[in-house]
Amino acid sequence: MSATAFTKRADAALADPILKVAIERTASTAETKRGIAVKGFAHFEEARTRAAAIKDHVVEHLGFYLEQFEAAATAAGAQVHWARTADEACSIVIDICKAAGAKTVARSKSMMGEEIGLPHALAEAGIGRIETDLAEHIIQLADERPSHIVWPAMHKTSEQVSALFKQHHLEPHAEETIPAMAESARRHLRDGMLAADVGISGANFLVAESGAVCTVTNEGNAELSLVPPRIHIVTAGIEKLVPSMGHAVQLLRLLARSATGATLTQYTTFYTGPKRAADADGPDVMHIVLIDNGRSAMRAEGLAEMLRCIRCGACMNHCVVFRQIGGHAYGGTYPGPMGAVLTPALDGLAKNRDLPNACTLNGKCQEVCPVKIPLPTLLRGWRERSWREGLEPVSVRQGITAWAWVAQRPRLYRAAVRAAIFGMRRFGRGWIRTLPMAGGWTAHRDLPAPAAESFMARYAKGER
Amino acid sequence: MSPPGPSPRVALFVTCLVDLIRPQVGFAALRTLEAARCTVVVPSGQTCCGQPALNSGARDEAVAIAKRTIALLEGHDAVVVPSGSCAATIRVHYPELFEHDAAWRPRAQAIAAKTYEIMAYLDEVRGWRPDTALAATATYHDSCSGLRELGVKAQPRRLLRGVEGLMLKPLKGEETCCGFGGTFCVKYPAISNAIATEKADAIEASGADLLLSGDLGCLMNMAGKLHRDGSSVRAFHAIEVIAGMGDGPAIGEDA
Repeated sequence: MSATAFTKRADAALADPILKVAIERTASTAETKRGIAVKGFAHFEEARTRAAAIKDHVVEHLGFYLEQFEAAATAAGAQVHWARTADEACSIVIDICKAAGAKTVARSKSMMGEEIGLPHALAEAGIGRIETDLAEHIIQLADERPSHIVWPAMHKTSEQVSALFKQHHLEPHAEETIPAMAESARRHLRDGMLAADVGISGANFLVAESGAVCTVTNEGNAELSLVPPRIHIVTAGIEKLVPSMGHAVQLLRLLARSATGATLTQYTTFYTGPKRAADADGPDVMHIVLIDNGRSAMRAEGLAEMLRCIRCGACMNHCVVFRQIGGHAYGGTYPGPMGAVLTPALDGLAKNRDLPNACTLNGKCQEVCPVKIPLPTLLRGWRERSWREGLEPVSVRQGITAWAWVAQRPRLYRAAVRAAIFGMRRFGRGWIRTLPMAGGWTAHRDLPAPAAESFMARYAKGER
Repeated sequence: MSPPGPSPRVALFVTCLVDLIRPQVGFAALRTLEAARCTVVVPSGQTCCGQPALNSGARDEAVAIAKRTIALLEGHDAVVVPSGSCAATIRVHYPELFEHDAAWRPRAQAIAAKTYEIMAYLDEVRGWRPDTALAATATYHDSCSGLRELGVKAQPRRLLRGVEGLMLKPLKGEETCCGFGGTFCVKYPAISNAIATEKADAIEASGADLLLSGDLGCLMNMAGKLHRDGSSVRAFHAIEVIAGMGDGPAIGEDA
């Protein structure tokens, strides 16, 4: 198999022992804590079933809830915008910033912002950007992209972060502790955050009945970046809708537990419209940009179940492939199993055909998904489409086609088995150390040689 | 221990890997099924369940192979397979393949309903226990398809507890994929190797003499990695040990 952009990135990741340490520290902690949280949740399975049903209901009646949300948010004083594509969404945000004469924006971590390329669009428009989430701040200093949807800087060790802060912060930490480093980031960020003209966030949930936008954080940075500025802009995917506050709470109960193992995030805030007359503070204007960016097409093309995703990251934390190669190797905005389903939809299958293939189909992701997304089934769906569209490598296509043809002809199949036994045993009895055509196997492990005769041959001779 | 009642006519589908690499697994299946008072038939036209085509996205090829496999196996009381992933292909994925095919859907559903992974069949359907012995310590890896698609977890352990003298040691991460993944291991060998390396380390750390599991593909991957790394842990399909055939050459040892 020839190297692809994906396998090159994966090889580079596999060759990086520090990356492996960084991934394991966070992912194994998350796995352990989630396990404990799930054990302590009396009706976890029922809650998952209900959560999946809530999201399926919304996706099925998306038009209804979008209109209800728009009406409620407008009544609360927010301005609702619609964007079909990532570019349209960025233009709307940039136009709002420019019209307000904004020089800097404070951004609260949002994967939707990453998906539409907002950091890049702001830079092109000459608008300063302060990332207020600690991990996003690290990523901004390092000029990198997030490698995980919950911990954007998962690929960095605390040692690497310390060096980065010492290089960029005016008054860096003096002692090598996490609290001292967090304090250094706080000193560096706070003034800029409070002076920003615009606060930009994503949304964890959009509540249709009230027009509220929910964000969850553990650092309180969303509140601090969204309340003081004059303008609050929300960029949210249309699938973030839930019918009511009660439904949002049901999903919240699963979100934090699945993500970090915590019962709830430190901060869970519902923003309903801009500052009202009697409010002590809050933005003068609130804009909500509802973004499709391929979601309607996903719904129509057999990927509706993917729109259940609440972005907890449990699938990647528990994925054996992600744990080895990390998030950047996937090459898209979203990594891991959910990213392997989403990226071909957002960015095209042709250049991302590796993603659904680079999966052992072990099913762990589906087992831990709080909204029961059948991720292996959806990945198989992409493999089928890749096959149908002729995107699979010629060697794979020819090999599978020829083998399948033989597998439908038992007599020929027996002859092929005999030939394989004869051929393979020339390379070794017992263990085979190298075998042409199976270099991928024997590069890393030995291959048991076949027995002298197949089961079917021996059985046919009367052996029992 | 022989279960009461009439003896069912069971089709043994040995799987392509067992047929080619390790026939002893097929004979162990035969021996245990007969001990559990089954009338075992080995349909001579059997080849492969089609899993490689299914997982490669080659739907037409998978459908063609599934049709002939269904026709070959459907005239029996049960279909028993010494592999979680091959059994799951028939039990879980055949009905999906024919979801929109009115003629074949009922046949796929009927075969799915009577197809079993061998240890689940012996334990749950036949209520059978072995009376074999092996003085060894072993650790057990739960192969993913059997575990998550068929719920094979307690059954092999219950059967293995019936093997006199066998001591089971816990395996850290026993439910974590070994990195085999069918064609995955040759399509993405470097990633597969990194996963297999961690699995081999965990097996080595268990302190067991033997590695047991229910899927030959996973076993070949883990055993091949252990052997390349110079480990002395030997690997068998669990059904071989249950059948009393765990004292011969292990996987990769020349017979």
